[in-house]
Amino acid sequence: MTTTSKVRASGLPGAPPLPKRHKGGGTWAAWYLVAPALLLLAAVIGYPLVKAIYLSLFSDTIGGTSEFIGLGNYRTALTGDGAGDFWSALRVTGLFTFFSVALEVAIGLAMALVMHRAFRGRGLVRASVLVPWAIPTAVTSVLWRWMLQPEGIVNHLTGGSTLWTGSQWPSRAAIVIADTWKTSPFLALLILAGLQLIPDELYEAARVDGAGAWRRFRSVTLPLLMPSLMVAVLFRLLDALRIYDLPQLLTGGANGTTTLSMLVVQSSIQQTKFGYGSALSTLTFLIIFGVALVFIRFMGTSLLPADDEEGRTA
Amino acid sequence: MATTVHSHRRPVGVRSGRPMTARRPPSRVVRRRLATVGTVLSVLGIVVFCIAPFYWMIVSSLKGPNDIFNNDLWPSAPTLVNYRAVFSGENNFSYALRNSVVIAGTTTLFAMVIGVISAYAFARLHFRGKRLALGAVLAASMFPGVALLTPLFQQFSNWGWIDQYQSVVIPDISFALPLAIWVLSSFFRELPWGLEESAMVDGASKGQAFRLVILPLAAPGIFTSALLVFISVWNEFLIANAMTLTPAAQPVTVAIAKFTGSSQYQQPFSTQMAAGVVVTVPLVILVWILQRRIVSGLTAGALKG
Repeated sequence: MTTTSKVRASGLPGAPPLPKRHKGGGTWAAWYLVAPALLLLAAVIGYPLVKAIYLSLFSDTIGGTSEFIGLGNYRTALTGDGAGDFWSALRVTGLFTFFSVALEVAIGLAMALVMHRAFRGRGLVRASVLVPWAIPTAVTSVLWRWMLQPEGIVNHLTGGSTLWTGSQWPSRAAIVIADTWKTSPFLALLILAGLQLIPDELYEAARVDGAGAWRRFRSVTLPLLMPSLMVAVLFRLLDALRIYDLPQLLTGGANGTTTLSMLVVQSSIQQTKFGYGSALSTLTFLIIFGVALVFIRFMGTSLLPADDEEGRTA
Repeated sequence: MATTVHSHRRPVGVRSGRPMTARRPPSRVVRRRLATVGTVLSVLGIVVFCIAPFYWMIVSSLKGPNDIFNNDLWPSAPTLVNYRAVFSGENNFSYALRNSVVIAGTTTLFAMVIGVISAYAFARLHFRGKRLALGAVLAASMFPGVALLTPLFQQFSNWGWIDQYQSVVIPDISFALPLAIWVLSSFFRELPWGLEESAMVDGASKGQAFRLVILPLAAPGIFTSALLVFISVWNEFLIANAMTLTPAAQPVTVAIAKFTGSSQYQQPFSTQMAAGVVVTVPLVILVWILQRRIVSGLTAGALKG
C-alpha cells in the first residue's frame, strides 16, 4: 500500500532495497529461529492428530485391554449403532454452518459498506463492533440463553412467546442468531479492510461513465472485494464447522442441536471411549479438511500464502 | 501510523462527483441529504445491534431478585447483590479469575516469545522451505480442536496432568501460536528494516541495532499481538472444560458456565450476568482504548495487504 512504501522509503534514503546475504547461509539460521514454533506445533497438533487415527482403530473395553478392530469404530459411527447420532450431528453442523456463515457474510458486508461511508462516528462504530468479538463465547451463550428465556427480553420486545430453547427449530435458530451476533461484526471488520484496498479512482471512473450506485457496487466493489471476502468466508467456514461452545452452553445439545464437536466430546471425555471418540474426531477432521480443500480448489490458489515471497522482493 | 492515514482517507463515492455537478439540480441536494440521514441511521443501527446485548447484560447484573424478570430497560433499584454473590464462597469465582490470569498470562508469554522469534525469521529472512513452514503454521490454525482433544486428554490423564495448569496451557500455546506468528510477521514486514542497516553502518552491532532501533518500533505491534493472543486464550472454553474436572485449574469461562443457583433447576442468570460483566468489561475497555491497533492487527492477520 502507499503508506507502507512511504514509511520504507523514509527509512532508507537511497539505500539498496534489501541485503541479499541471508539468501544462502541464512537458511540454517532461519530454520533455527522457526524450529521452536514448528516443533511445538508438531508435538501438540501434529502428533495428537496421528495418534487419534491410531487410537480410532482400537476397541473401547472398559477395564480390559483394547483390541485392534480395524475400521470397526468407523463402521459403528457411519452405519452401526452410532449412525443415528453421527448423521444427525453432521446435518446439524452443516445447517448451522450454512445459515450462520450466509447471514454473517450478508450482515457483515452491509455493516462494512456503512462503515466505509461514514465519516463521523467511525471510532464509535469500530469500538462497538469490537464488543461482540471481545466477549467470551461462553459468556455470549449464557447471555443469549438469558435473553431468549420465555419471559426474556427478546420475547418481550418482539411481543412473541417463543419457547426458544424448548423445541427443535427455535433452538437451532437461537444458536444461529447468537453466532451471527457474535461473529458478523468481526466479519465486517475484515470486509471493511478489503473495501479500503479498492482504489477510489475506479469509483470515479465508473461514476464518470454513468454507473449508478448499484451498478458500481456490482461491477467495481464486488469483484474487487472477492479475494478478501473469500479468505474471510474460508476462515468462518472452518470455524463454524467446529462449533462447540455456543450450542453446548446455549442448548446443551438438546432438541437436535448436537454438533459434531459436541459428539466427540461426549464420547471421548464424558464416556472415556477413546477409540470411538477418536474415530469421530478423525471423521470431523476429514470433513473439515475436505471442505477446506474443495473451497480452496474452487476459489483458486489466491488464498494460499504464496504471494509472500513476491512481496518481499518487490 | 498506517491506520491514521486510512481514517483520514475520504470514503469512496461521497461528494466526489464535483465536475459533473456544475448545475446541481435541487433534487440532488435532497437526495444527498437523505443519503446522509440514511448513513447516520445505519450507523446507529450497527451500534445498537452490537451493544444492546452487552448493555442488557450490565442492566441485568444490576437488578435484584425481585426485578430480574421485569424487563425494564433501566434497573429501577440498582443493586450490587449479584456481584456479591459472584464473589461469595460457593462459586469459587475469584479462584477462577486467578486461574484465568495465570493460564492466559503464561500462554501469552510463551506464545509471544516463540512467536516473535519465528515471525522475525518469516518476515525478515529468505530461506528455503519458508512457504512450506508458513503453510504448516497456517494449517495448524485450521485444525478443529476436538480432533486433538481425545489423544491429549488420554495422554494428560496418564501423566496425571488433569486439573493442572499445564494441561490447559500447553494446548493453548499451540493454538495461539499460529495467530501470534501470523499477526506478528505482518507487523514486522511493515517495519523500516533499513534503519537497522543504517545503525550498523554508524557502528552499532547487530544486537544493538535490533535492540535500540528495531525493538522500540516493533513494540506497538508486539503489544497488539500479545493482546489478541491474551483475549483468545482468556475466551477459550473447549480445552479448559475438557482438562479440568474440579475448580482447581478452571478458568472463568468454565466457571461461569458451571455456576449453581439457589435451586438445582434454576439457572442463576443474574449471577452469571454479573460474572460476565466482571470478565468482559476489562477486555472491552482495553479494546476501546486500543481499537485502531486491534483492528489493524486482526485484519493484517487475515488479509496481508
